[in-house]
Amino acid sequence: MTAKATETAQTAETAQTPETAQTASAAETARTASAAETGATHEIRPAAVEVHDVHKWYGTHHVLDGVELTVRPGEVTVILGPSGSGKSTLLRVINHLEKPEIGHVSLNGELIGVRRHGERLKELSERVILAQRGRIGFVFQNFNLFPHLTVLDNVAAAPVATGRLTKPEAQKLARDLLARVGLADKAAAYPRQLSGGQQQRVAIARALALRPGVILFDEPTSALDPELVGEVLAVIKDLAGSGTTLVIVTHEIGFAREIADRVVFMDEGRIVEQGPPAQVLDHPDNERTRDFLSKVL
Amino acid sequence: MSESPGIAVSSGAAPPTEAILRPDTPAAPKPLAAQRVLPLRHPGRWTITAVVLVLVAQIVHGLATNPFFQWDRFQYWFLRPTILDGLLITLEVTVYSAALGLLGGVLLALARLSPSPVLRTVSWIYTWLFRSVPLIVVLLFLYNFSALYRTLSVGVPFGPAFFTFDESRLATDMVVAVVGLSLNEAAYASEVVRGGILSVDQGQHEAASALGLPKRYQFAKIVFPQALRSITPNYVNQLIGLIKGTSLVFYVSLLDLFGSVQSMGSTYPGDIVPLLLVATAWYLILTSVVSVIQFYVERYYSRGALRTLPPTPLQKVRTALRDLRARVRRETAT
Repeated sequence: MTAKATETAQTAETAQTPETAQTASAAETARTASAAETGATHEIRPAAVEVHDVHKWYGTHHVLDGVELTVRPGEVTVILGPSGSGKSTLLRVINHLEKPEIGHVSLNGELIGVRRHGERLKELSERVILAQRGRIGFVFQNFNLFPHLTVLDNVAAAPVATGRLTKPEAQKLARDLLARVGLADKAAAYPRQLSGGQQQRVAIARALALRPGVILFDEPTSALDPELVGEVLAVIKDLAGSGTTLVIVTHEIGFAREIADRVVFMDEGRIVEQGPPAQVLDHPDNERTRDFLSKVL
Repeated sequence: MSESPGIAVSSGAAPPTEAILRPDTPAAPKPLAAQRVLPLRHPGRWTITAVVLVLVAQIVHGLATNPFFQWDRFQYWFLRPTILDGLLITLEVTVYSAALGLLGGVLLALARLSPSPVLRTVSWIYTWLFRSVPLIVVLLFLYNFSALYRTLSVGVPFGPAFFTFDESRLATDMVVAVVGLSLNEAAYASEVVRGGILSVDQGQHEAASALGLPKRYQFAKIVFPQALRSITPNYVNQLIGLIKGTSLVFYVSLLDLFGSVQSMGSTYPGDIVPLLLVATAWYLILTSVVSVIQFYVERYYSRGALRTLPPTPLQKVRTALRDLRARVRRETAT
């Protein structure tokens, strides 16, 4: 798999043929066993994410200051840090919603948003970038569901629009995914008729409909009433168990401890500490981490 | 306004109220909690309503009985073929100009919102120009255009031409009218459409982008349908202005509704008032039809934006009848 991934890194044009990567190996199929309940339509092939020396400025503010991050396939990474530390920006750089000024991101070794041009990196066309985003799920803090479409159409839109599935296939997939997040009975509803927690679960189903190798969560529970947080975390926990690569920005320390394979602590645009949750959360080396944890715990 | 049904119902509710207070059922007065609460009366509001009703009745009476309006002549002219021909021209000009104007408006709005400074500037200048020049001036310019330019050519500036049109054959009165109105309409529509697109939440663009939806799909299926919710009322406003604006095509010798009324008026000077009434009635009808369509279009595009859709007039009538029946049943029971 790694060999194949490096091959694809050479030419970014291969981004248009993600389907070739859909055939999962037997080992991976076994790992996604819990996802397989919803049928063969939903195989997840976890992806590796690499962030290499990424710098990003907003005006004169250095939001990301040389971030290096490697996420292994199937790993659950939780990013913590005070507000303004660049967590959300880092997440948005991974799917190229924000363009880094220096550095690059790669998914399974394939560059995202740019291609190698001799010794330099050159920006890809919007069409290719959009195709690449089809392999990266993104869940927003404010859900950002499409209010004029039914829940079913929200989930089925992307596979149809990108031509990966026919409309009936996409709707079948959407129903399976809605059942998986516990909202099978809400298919015909409009997003604003749902509670915040339900909307966020629809948003997760919508991200899953891409069959992404990695799903990025940008503070998925921050906009929710406290009693609705649990239902969303339960869905994310289920995903973590299914072997999908997850990168989660959150303030739920207890949740991080429970599901993270690795906790990354960011401050002032830099990753100051990372490691297993037991280490980072209970015995942090860094003073900033200690300081932050003492405030939130 | 919403009080008027209240007046009708409360007068109907009077008998049961008296029944409760009637002294011959005194033996065991009901406990307070079991009694129906009497709604507050509004004598001041009733007085004003009565005055307004009298005034309205006077106006209607005047309209109906004043011989000045010559309603028999109105009846005579209302469905005359000359008038209906004019109406047809008005409709044709309106429909073509509304469609072309909206199309132009969408393109201009997209240009105005594009990252290219050249497109933005060109769009801005176009809108500035056509919003500044009166429609009648635009129409008369176009009408005299064929005198200024004998032929129209498509080609490289200062270079060879690919197509050449004979202007005098191309520029019929209808074409002049539609082109003039569309040019004008596009300038206003562009601002309406731009406002609508800007009203769509930034998160929607981001979500569409993050899902990797193709650019065209993002606009056609995600952003524009949501923009239409705020575009509709503004554009209908514009459209009603356009319907009335078509009366100016009379000056480029096109006999629209107003044009036929004018020309009949000069032939039958005694009928000018009923003829103007005929034009008024038809414009009223056109505007009403557009308003009804607006209601349903708006309702369609507010799916999902509102938790429950506003009731259609038919649903309103049905609910009102059901409520009335329930009320009558409740009151006859007490």
